[in-house]
Amino acid sequence: MNTITKATTLKDHFLNLFRENAGVISANSAPFLNRFREDAIARVEQAGFPVKGSEDYRYADIESVFRNDLHHIFGPRNIDLNVREIFHCDVPDLETSLLLLVNGRYYGNGKQLNKFPDGIIAGSLARASVEYPEIVRKHYNSYAGKSKDGLVSLNTAFAQDGIFIYVPEGVKADKPLQIVNIMISDNDLMAQHRNLFIAEKGAEVKIVICDHSLSAHRFLTNSVNEVYTGEDALINLTRIQNEHNGASQITHSYSHQEARSNLTASTISLHGGFIRNNVFVTLNGEHAENHSLGLYLSDKGQYIDNFVFIDHASPNCFSNQLYKGVLDDFASGSFNGRILVRRDAQKTNAFQSNNNILLTDDAKMYSRPQLEIYADDVKCSHGSTMGQLDDNALFYLRSRGIEYKEARLLLMFAFAHEVIQNIKVEALRDRIDDLVNKRLRGELSRCNNCAMQCG
Amino acid sequence: MLVIKDLKVSIDGLEILKGIDLEVKAGEVHAIMGPNGSGKSTLASILAGRDIFNVDSGSVTFNGEDLLEKSPEERAKDGLFLGFQYPIEIPGVSMVNFLKTAINEMRKHRGQQPLSASEFLKKMREKKDLVEIDSSLTSRSVNEGFSGGEKKKNEIFQMAMLEPKLAILDETDSGLDIDALKVVAKGVNNLKSPDNATIVITHYQRLLDYIIPDYVHVLYKGRIVRSGGKELALMLEEKGYDWVRNEEVKL
Repeated sequence: MNTITKATTLKDHFLNLFRENAGVISANSAPFLNRFREDAIARVEQAGFPVKGSEDYRYADIESVFRNDLHHIFGPRNIDLNVREIFHCDVPDLETSLLLLVNGRYYGNGKQLNKFPDGIIAGSLARASVEYPEIVRKHYNSYAGKSKDGLVSLNTAFAQDGIFIYVPEGVKADKPLQIVNIMISDNDLMAQHRNLFIAEKGAEVKIVICDHSLSAHRFLTNSVNEVYTGEDALINLTRIQNEHNGASQITHSYSHQEARSNLTASTISLHGGFIRNNVFVTLNGEHAENHSLGLYLSDKGQYIDNFVFIDHASPNCFSNQLYKGVLDDFASGSFNGRILVRRDAQKTNAFQSNNNILLTDDAKMYSRPQLEIYADDVKCSHGSTMGQLDDNALFYLRSRGIEYKEARLLLMFAFAHEVIQNIKVEALRDRIDDLVNKRLRGELSRCNNCAMQCG
Repeated sequence: MLVIKDLKVSIDGLEILKGIDLEVKAGEVHAIMGPNGSGKSTLASILAGRDIFNVDSGSVTFNGEDLLEKSPEERAKDGLFLGFQYPIEIPGVSMVNFLKTAINEMRKHRGQQPLSASEFLKKMREKKDLVEIDSSLTSRSVNEGFSGGEKKKNEIFQMAMLEPKLAILDETDSGLDIDALKVVAKGVNNLKSPDNATIVITHYQRLLDYIIPDYVHVLYKGRIVRSGGKELALMLEEKGYDWVRNEEVKL
């Protein structure tokens, strides 16, 4: 009963926080986003916080990362810094349109929304809801709003801003859009941003999200992405999680795919003390294709948790989940992958695979594949493996003069590369290869001039 | 070069090698023949440093140094090469990355600079021609999806790239058709020099039509029961291993 008391306390804390700050929160957001807050906070009150051991949060101790003493910034931005000065992306040849998110708010240097010549709109979600109400209205909270998860409602109640990306019908973005999501503060801080990505019919776009923390404080992020992939549209979304190990991150991604659309979403988790990624995909039109990929490299006391739910709501769709991880020291993690094939979703192809390498006896990984199939003409498979590095392969490499340590790295790198090779931004793929290599070597995997010494 | 004295080896208490004596000098080709289960592959594995066996007694020196106390990678750097009977598939590790790492580790050991990308590619091209390995194989992952013959050729290719002082080829001929066999043999013969030596482990005499050994040893039940010149292989071929068994009974 102890956990429930704690959950109630936590819930009360956030309900109070909302009541006390509702005015400031709304005043520093946009009217359209504010409309959802009351309903959302009522849902939080009803659903509460996820409790460890519950069906969807079996191993993730959410309560341990939500602390009552975290600061929140609801008022006008009180950070005075030149982010472009302290942060620059050093991915070589990665020519992107950079979108900065600082502590959950769009940081546009005076310009809240960019409209590019090809019609792509990118920038602040709050601003977009004012300038392009008809677009935002159509999608905002349409996908995440159905969630029963109290954390998603919590985000809807508190989120004041986030990144908005709109790719009009038939437009193919010529360079990737890169979101750099930074946490930086003078004290322990919680932020909840909300992103909305829309690719209209036949549009194509590559989006990269880089999560960083730039000061040595305890951070907690509870963010929601809503992703709409229209008919024949193509989105390649890559997220690199590289916050320091004192930071906790909970992400919720709700993707809605129309007919013949193609969404590849990869999440590369390098650093971060506590990471929980919820991925919900609805295949809403025939011949939609989804690839949900994850790679996690964890050591020390890191906790990494991926929860994936693919809803085959239409016939003739394809989905593939590939999650791979290497856990060292006393790191722990969980993978929960669910495939739902609805009654009418005939000719579904759905695959899932979760492979783990545990380098020590103390590293722990829980893997739960779940298939729920109501159609009779489908092809589904799932597989989960836990293991150590292959001794025969190690001996083979060593017999050619390759040092034990180097041989291990080669094998781990090969294991990880299967996920990385799916990343479609070539310069980024090479960079991630490099980052993963460094991460596996225990070298600092900084990909900017971040002051933190993760590792 | 290689001196084995009274080597006794067991696995899980089961004695496999019961006292092996063998000396291999530079420039020599030795063939070790024997029926299945005689201990041939165990001998090869123990020399390469596989740690699943127990050395109960005896000694092995390689160029005057104690071989058995060294790690597999140290042995390789000292110039020992094992051609695997069953080469391992390593998905995700490219042949190029694998060989480059191996060669540069060895160069480092010898105090040499690592090969530049172009030097490495040049060397790879030369050696590929030498062992007639299909060009596309080297752009793939190590042994992944290779046919049996390709895997064996790949062993010879690696040997050519690494230029060992002593190569031990463990049943490199098994499962090969006659054309692949000739390619493997040609590779071995081309790489032969007065400074290096080869131990060819085989079940059949067939390979020895193409690789002419200076010495032939017959391994049976963990012991070398006979040693002789290349004519010993022909005698075995003619009389079969039963002849050795009968000889043993007489002993």
